[in-house]
Amino acid sequence: MAVSSSSAVRIDALVVRRGAATVLDGLDLRIARGGIVGLLGPSGCGKTTLMRAIVGVQRVRSGRVAVLGAPAGTASLRHRVGYVTQSASVYDDLTVRQNLRYFARMLGVPRTDVDRVVDATDLGAHVGALAGNLSGGQRSRVSLAAALLGAPELLVLDEPTVGLDPVLRVELWSLFRRLADSGVTLIVSSHVMDEARRCDRLLLMRDGAMVADATPSALLKKTRTRDIESAFLALIEKAGAR
Amino acid sequence: MSPARTLATSARVLAQIRHDPRTIGLLLVVPSLLIGLVAWLFADTDVFQQIGPAMLGLFPFIVMFLVTSIATLRERRSGTLERLLTLPIGRLDFILGYALAFALLAIAQAGIAVTFAVLVCGLEIDGSLALLVLVALADAVLGSTLGLLASAFARTEFQVVQFMPAIVFPQVLLGGVLLPRDQMPEVLYAVSDWLPLSHAIDALNAVARDDEDAGFVGAQLLVIVAFAVGSVVLGALTLRRRTP
Repeated sequence: MAVSSSSAVRIDALVVRRGAATVLDGLDLRIARGGIVGLLGPSGCGKTTLMRAIVGVQRVRSGRVAVLGAPAGTASLRHRVGYVTQSASVYDDLTVRQNLRYFARMLGVPRTDVDRVVDATDLGAHVGALAGNLSGGQRSRVSLAAALLGAPELLVLDEPTVGLDPVLRVELWSLFRRLADSGVTLIVSSHVMDEARRCDRLLLMRDGAMVADATPSALLKKTRTRDIESAFLALIEKAGAR
Repeated sequence: MSPARTLATSARVLAQIRHDPRTIGLLLVVPSLLIGLVAWLFADTDVFQQIGPAMLGLFPFIVMFLVTSIATLRERRSGTLERLLTLPIGRLDFILGYALAFALLAIAQAGIAVTFAVLVCGLEIDGSLALLVLVALADAVLGSTLGLLASAFARTEFQVVQFMPAIVFPQVLLGGVLLPRDQMPEVLYAVSDWLPLSHAIDALNAVARDDEDAGFVGAQLLVIVAFAVGSVVLGALTLRRRTP
């Protein structure tokens, strides 16, 4: 256990089928603790399925997923892993504060933690508003705030910046950076390629497999491109030519 | 299992409903209005005295079944259930939290329905009024726990609404309202013995007419509670943390 505790995520030969389709077919992945891992790829490539498997809510066909040294989905991990689904999972008929207080009580963390995550996600002006009356971007921030409760060691964020304006997006990424610097591991999926520059490591996914795994600068160097989007396209062309 | 998380979940469900006054109104008032309608319909006959007690079981049962099954289905569809299942909340905590919240609403609903039936509609109750409220309450709780269970098998709102004709209507038809149970064909009588609503209606009739002893009513209550507990346990077992 001491050895595996050094990695945040360790996936061996993961196979996931959804209906007749094989979404992930023998995927291997290691993610070290600390830092931001960007998971990029077109929609339908398996990003969400992979994240669900890491969080432990995805039924898997075979393979092993270990998170923070324990099998994914283990009861002991439920305090240590935060998960934000793609569409905001909050109660529309509760206020922001009621939502966060409820999730805080589920985690058994003090009420003061609610104020902390409200500040971190800049929701102070909306705590008394019903979540259903908020804009899409505000709702997804409530969803993110709930995942930050209790200071989890691993954060799995499925497209957390969709629908946010550029200013907020920059603010959230600096929050992610601060968390990563404090030792938290973040897995962030996105299909906004310019966000990829802010990650420590990039995983480019296509059709359920990793087509690249590198730092942003190494990726640009390798593909001799100037931006991540061109790099991604170059890699796909290369993969297609093979 | 954690009582703190169960209670927090009940409080949260009630807070959600509090933000929806129309649902509260419908929940509390609709069964009484329907009972009033039946009383009016049979104003010049003694039919209401015959079937009135059964109505106290029927309408709250149906209303609670629908409301609870749709409320939990919404939780599933909104993604909040998936989030909850990644948190340290037990599956039984979740189901019990819902059952408890709707049981509290059922207390108010049963109290209002019995008061309305007796004071406004002139339903004559020979037995104990408190016992009548208790049976009506148990019956409403049964409706909501069956609703919890039904929603576990539904993927969409369309499906959950169709559980009503599938699960509720047979119990209504065979419950002894249309035809006293002892006059039914033998097979149907045997089937109706296995349906919880029959026992609720038997108990309500027994209290209203005061023609059975307390042991009989207690036994019927026990059957209702057993079905309710069974639904909660089955509902928790069918709740899966991992989904396809």
